[in-house]
Amino acid sequence: MTDAALLEVRDIVVRFGGVTAVGGVSFTVEDQQICGLIGPNGAGKTTLFNCISGIYRPNEGEIRFAGSTVTGQPKHRMIGLGIGRTFQNLALFKTLSVRDNVLAGAHHLGRAGFLACGLHLPWVGREAAALGAEAQRLMAMLDLESVAEVPVASLPFGTQKRVEMARALIGQPRLLLLDEPAGGLNHGEVDELAGLLRRVREEFRLSILLVEHHMNLVMSVSDKVVALDFGKKIAEGTPFEVRNNDDVIAAYLGEAPHDRAA
Amino acid sequence: MSTSQNPLAATLAPVATPARDGVMLRILIVLGGFVAIAAVPIAFASSYQLFQLTLAATYAIAILGLNIVTGFNGQISLGHGAFYAVGAYTTAILMTHFDVPYWATLPIAAAICGVIGFGIGFPALRLGGLYLALTTFAVAVAVPQILKYKGVEDWTGGVQGTFLVKPDAPEFTGLDNDQYLYLFVLVIAALLFLMAANLLHSRIGRAMRSIRDNPIAAEAMGMDIARIKTRTFALSAAITGLAGALSAIAVEFVAPDSFSVELSINLFVGMVVGGVGSIVGPIFGGLFVVFVPNLAESIARAAPGVIYGVILILFLYLLPQGFAGFPRRIGALLRQRSQG
Repeated sequence: MTDAALLEVRDIVVRFGGVTAVGGVSFTVEDQQICGLIGPNGAGKTTLFNCISGIYRPNEGEIRFAGSTVTGQPKHRMIGLGIGRTFQNLALFKTLSVRDNVLAGAHHLGRAGFLACGLHLPWVGREAAALGAEAQRLMAMLDLESVAEVPVASLPFGTQKRVEMARALIGQPRLLLLDEPAGGLNHGEVDELAGLLRRVREEFRLSILLVEHHMNLVMSVSDKVVALDFGKKIAEGTPFEVRNNDDVIAAYLGEAPHDRAA
Repeated sequence: MSTSQNPLAATLAPVATPARDGVMLRILIVLGGFVAIAAVPIAFASSYQLFQLTLAATYAIAILGLNIVTGFNGQISLGHGAFYAVGAYTTAILMTHFDVPYWATLPIAAAICGVIGFGIGFPALRLGGLYLALTTFAVAVAVPQILKYKGVEDWTGGVQGTFLVKPDAPEFTGLDNDQYLYLFVLVIAALLFLMAANLLHSRIGRAMRSIRDNPIAAEAMGMDIARIKTRTFALSAAITGLAGALSAIAVEFVAPDSFSVELSINLFVGMVVGGVGSIVGPIFGGLFVVFVPNLAESIARAAPGVIYGVILILFLYLLPQGFAGFPRRIGALLRQRSQG
């Protein structure tokens, strides 16, 4: 089992009515690898991403994580298995403070239930203190300490993105799914993000699966890139290999290869 | 909608912070202080005034229950009067038919309402927002009529209702019965508000608010939405049912018409006026629900409803975040002044 990949996507098929959004895609993500998932609009990236994060259930195929099947698991189990995520257009708890948002990411690490919390039993306090310290550390790392008590809705977009990253990291994922993390960021912020992703991978020893339109980011941080088009995998390899793949170039430049011209 | 950022959160935070040394002492001080301040009227208020304050305290508890499910968890209930009624009738039936002591009826009333709330919590999962509001409203409409039903008349007393006897104050307190009951309700209210504050500042309370704000993200954070929502509904119903039980003891009488739809609406009004999603808001809400209608009647005997309406609109206009948002609003105004 030790040499098996952390994430194995096997022959995934997703159909919406008569439309096949993903038509039999397989790939793997290794431990502590950064994998970029690219493709033009409508290629099936987001659909595939939603299968891995448990939002969609594929019609066919299987997704295995750390040696066990995750397809069909309830959504709230995913983080407990070690799969954390961020969202494309931010999905923060908007009235909650930055600190509470980050702590919400540690929900699955806590054990205290309604009664224990209501009575504030001593061990509940210790549990909360340990997670509170971890939240503090992550807020420091992501430069959020000065806004810790501010409701997230009133913060700038880039800051909110960092909150979402802190919220995902505190859950101790082994695989972090990032849905267009560069969306809405300016040039400088994208560079910072690239640095952050590398640093996060080192410090937290996790794998990252990145769905992204921003080619420079994908090509600069990924160890491996998987390219999709029309629901099929058209290329997989190092950023260099994928960038120079004829099918990928054709897909992006809109020049369809002959066999797809129907 | 108000938010979790109410200014009193800071005051309450020490209760929930991890530093454990002297926490029990601090809790006792906070609780004792609250009860002591609220108990001051015992010294000079008339029996009737004490009765009104007792009722305000039971409403505050009921509104606390409603605020937990609606304010903190985002499940709108327009039917919490139904749980208040079930709690009240549970106590009335246990006291009159089974000679159960008044204090022993309270956990039973809470448990029964909790189970019913848990049961309603499941269909509530499928009925979002306004649909849930209307469904709970329908329950509130049905309850008075169910209480009048002939088949259960032997238990409920039918349309006539049932009288019960106010408990005697224990000798050692040196209080009369009204004073004692007021103090009794205050102590229970203090304990419930403290536990609610603990809960709402814990991981469970954070999960409730997270689910309210963004259920999809909450699920990705590992929160089991069905589990938390149904349990929250059960807890909310239990607290409101307990309030109903206390009200039955205070009023010494239960009848179907005391638990009309208006009661549910009053609880909702009390929640909004006090502050949606505020822990201390329900205290103001309870006082508002009891005293503002009286105030309206003293201003214009002919049309108290109009005066009540005007007062309510003024409140919502001047304090859009409820009483609990008041200190923050003052702070904001002062800051504007000093800058301007």
